[in-house]
Amino acid sequence: MKMDAARKAESATAARNRLLPEGRVAGPMPWVIAIMMFLTVLAAAGGLALNQGMRSLRSELSGRATVQIVEADAETRAQAVKKMVARLRVTPGIRSVQPVDSGKLADQLQPWLGGEMDTADLPIPALIDVEFAGEGPRPVETLAKLAKSIVPQARVEPHAAFLGPLSGLVATLAGVAALLVLLMAIATGAVVVLAARGAHESHKGTIDILHLMGATDVQIARLFQRRIALDAMLGGGLGLVTAVLVILLVGNRLSATGSDLLRAAYLPPWGWAVLVALPVGGILLATLAARMTVLRALGRAL
Amino acid sequence: MGTIVQFENVGLRYGMSAETLADVSFSLDGGGFYFLTGASGAGKTSLLKLLYLAQRPSRGVIRLFGEDVVTLPRKRLPGFRRRIGVVFQDFRLVPHLSAYDNIALPLRVSGMEESEIDAPVSEMLAWVGLADRAGARPATLSGGEQQRVAIARAVIGRPEILIADEPTGNVDADMAHRLLTLFEALNKLGTTLVVATHDLPLIGKIPGAQMMRLDKGRLADPTGSLRYPPKRPDAP
Repeated sequence: MKMDAARKAESATAARNRLLPEGRVAGPMPWVIAIMMFLTVLAAAGGLALNQGMRSLRSELSGRATVQIVEADAETRAQAVKKMVARLRVTPGIRSVQPVDSGKLADQLQPWLGGEMDTADLPIPALIDVEFAGEGPRPVETLAKLAKSIVPQARVEPHAAFLGPLSGLVATLAGVAALLVLLMAIATGAVVVLAARGAHESHKGTIDILHLMGATDVQIARLFQRRIALDAMLGGGLGLVTAVLVILLVGNRLSATGSDLLRAAYLPPWGWAVLVALPVGGILLATLAARMTVLRALGRAL
Repeated sequence: MGTIVQFENVGLRYGMSAETLADVSFSLDGGGFYFLTGASGAGKTSLLKLLYLAQRPSRGVIRLFGEDVVTLPRKRLPGFRRRIGVVFQDFRLVPHLSAYDNIALPLRVSGMEESEIDAPVSEMLAWVGLADRAGARPATLSGGEQQRVAIARAVIGRPEILIADEPTGNVDADMAHRLLTLFEALNKLGTTLVVATHDLPLIGKIPGAQMMRLDKGRLADPTGSLRYPPKRPDAP
């Protein structure tokens, strides 16, 4: 009795693709790679979102400054504000000038000073928000000189100055995230190398037979790299999907906080593209590591 | 056909032990039928390993198909191995592949298209009487059936040399006779045969076959003129 065509075809495919025994999902490789990829994507997403948040804040605040007029006498202070606002509004390079309402300031101070304190008795500096029209050279310094010439007691605080420490923190966290991604890539490579070595050892009998039949090292290595690429694809996909779900959940929670600072940390479209590219890179890395490892091991045999 | 195998002062040593093969020199003509005999441990399998390029000698020169294979770069070995068929003593079938896939292996290794594989494999299965066992894995085949799969696998690529290590060691007399008929048929088609065996009466059944006898790693008759049965001293 001859094998029917379908069985032969199935058998041929099995022989070509599954020359090495064992089911793919049965081994630990896909799960290890899934965990690695999950952590890698989360670390990368954290780093990218923080970086993006910092950029958004910086671009939003870099064109703004606050002019403070420190004057104990309320009437003199009010006149100085009027004078300052009038001059700045006609100054080229300034888009808008908005004095901060003293009532608003008093509201903001209320938690510290208490509701019964009359803020009129306190020499609270007057604040004027200034928005620059463009990215001209050193606009803050120019404004500071101008403000001093109008009201000598005036001080200019660029909003971006508040970002200094935060920017340092975000840069550090982004660096840590990048380091984590790099370490994960190295760890993934090491896991693949160990797995490929193990697979090579456990299939030595089959490899010897293939060698003696005239199989080249590249033909044999291709079997391993295909197998590990499939494992990496499975693990990478699983890790990515899980990480994306977690990112979406965390993003949702951040939005719910209502904090502008936290909401600024979001993933732009190119950031998502980077996250999707990570498993692809992981698959390429795993395939390459498997190929190199097996070729090196085969090279030691005759 | 001219000389296709040539050994010159070949020695083989495993690690720091004494030489398993020493000063082995002989040559085999293409299309010949050669038996390799000798007691257990005489070095038959080691010599065959050198022949089918599973081992490099510790010293000496081996020429296969006119080329020195001792100094041959590794990347050129597969091309030579594809010209050699081997029936291992322990068959060495791939356990998780069916009889069909085991026989098809050399063709797949050589890069043959899948559509071209079926006809020769089916033909070979029928030739060794295993057409109805095509889908069976080695573990479910009897010793004789496994051996026939191993033989089919060794010859399907039409090798120029077929090497068989103790092919009749695990089979009954009837199967041994059938194997020998198979080998003769292959030999008539031009394949050079090198068969290692203990079975001296088997050698007598192939007229014109030459015999090499190994004794403690050395060829008993380096001239290669041994015959079985031995020539009578008064014979012309």
